[in-house]
Amino acid sequence: MSFEIPDELRFLESHEWVRKEDGTARVGISDFAQDELGDIVFVEFPDEGDEIAHDEEFGVVESIKAVSDLYSPVSGTVTATNDALLDAPELVNDDPYGEGWMLEVDLDDPDELDDLLDAETYRDQIE
Amino acid sequence: MALREPPLAEVHDARGATTTEFGGWDMPVEFDSIRTEHESVRESAGKFDVSHMGEITVSGPDAAELLGRLTTNDVSALAHGKAQYAMITDTEGTILDDTVIYRLPETHDANFLFIPNAGHDEEMEDRWTAHRDEWGLDATVENRTDAYAMFAVQGPDAVDLVASAADDADEPLADLGRFSATDATVADSDCLAARTGYTGEDGLELIVPWSEAEAVWEAFDCQPCGLGARDTLRIEAGFLLSGQDFDHDENPRNPFEADVGFAVDLDTEFVGRDALARVAESGPDERFVGFELETRGVPRHGYEITDSDGETIGTVTSGTMSPTLSTPIGMGYVPTEYAEPGSEIAVRVRGEPKEARTRALPFLER
Repeated sequence: MSFEIPDELRFLESHEWVRKEDGTARVGISDFAQDELGDIVFVEFPDEGDEIAHDEEFGVVESIKAVSDLYSPVSGTVTATNDALLDAPELVNDDPYGEGWMLEVDLDDPDELDDLLDAETYRDQIE
Repeated sequence: MALREPPLAEVHDARGATTTEFGGWDMPVEFDSIRTEHESVRESAGKFDVSHMGEITVSGPDAAELLGRLTTNDVSALAHGKAQYAMITDTEGTILDDTVIYRLPETHDANFLFIPNAGHDEEMEDRWTAHRDEWGLDATVENRTDAYAMFAVQGPDAVDLVASAADDADEPLADLGRFSATDATVADSDCLAARTGYTGEDGLELIVPWSEAEAVWEAFDCQPCGLGARDTLRIEAGFLLSGQDFDHDENPRNPFEADVGFAVDLDTEFVGRDALARVAESGPDERFVGFELETRGVPRHGYEITDSDGETIGTVTSGTMSPTLSTPIGMGYVPTEYAEPGSEIAVRVRGEPKEARTRALPFLER
């Protein structure tokens, strides 16, 4: 099976992605991760204003069959959460890079992204 | 030790199934998605390869007595072609396993067949033969787990689906009563077809010669389903899972605690009867209950159940987000005073107490 891995994203080995958008960044989980988890039924993430840190837990995603911790690819302040996932967590399955996004973060250090996996390296990791 | 494989391991692999270890077997857990498979069974039909379930036949003049003394229900009440649910208990009345016992149609050489859970077949074979010898009974016990595949076809359309693929059933499958079994021919194979199942839906279970499993499996054009959907379906139906909702070593329970007292006939003599008569007299201290979470979260096996003050009162044995009800549901044991449906409890989900309320099982009335 081949998974969608958009070239403009950066990834953590634990399958979270980050997309930089002018000083803030969006965070979610990859197409591969949502497929591995199966039907997602619950997503738990921090509140707006909370601080999160690179490589540290920021939440939990649960599918019918498994529970998985979420790790933050970046450090910064949460400026928005995708509250649509509270009622429709399946959006993560349907559109992991679009409507299934999880957080927007005001980055402490935009250079931190350079240390993450690029799309090609992440593709090599999961194949 | 190498895992045991069902006869259709390669067929499932080619179909894209993911597998998991269960009771010493490598079994399909998911073909497409648990939700898709679950919904197929609730709305139309799905087929499950449950060849990991054991098959043990018991024959001979004392077959009924041997089964009667080792299981909690009244085997002597079974007519040919009828089945019953029963528990297997030790002298303390603690559940070793649960099972369905069939008194086979008269066409069969063997008199009885019973179905131990995955990984329990050898233990049950040993138990049966040891007690037979100790009691000097004349019965032949054969573990035929590797001779028979077992499939479950379940859902509102399941019986029609099997009936249209079968010919020469001794009794028309559509007329077969619940917990009844008959000989049927499917895809030229001689099968035992029983109106039993583990999903809360109507349907049939088929016991099929191992070597003919593929032809029978392919005779039903419906959604293949794995153990993942089997688990969400059986939780909605409030059915116990051996090794999880009771476990002789990890979570010892008697049938009255496990809410399956209906499978215990104290008018028969069986191993554990006297201990269970005492429990029936005094009532169990704890009871198996269903509950529904009233706040977001998913209850899982092993999570603590607390009272509304946060004091631990029990443990979740099974839980899931119900695909049919779209609510988080679970089951577990609580002190009897909390067993009344509607009692306020809480479940500690990753340290956070989530409000919950007990409710009567099954979650889903069909």
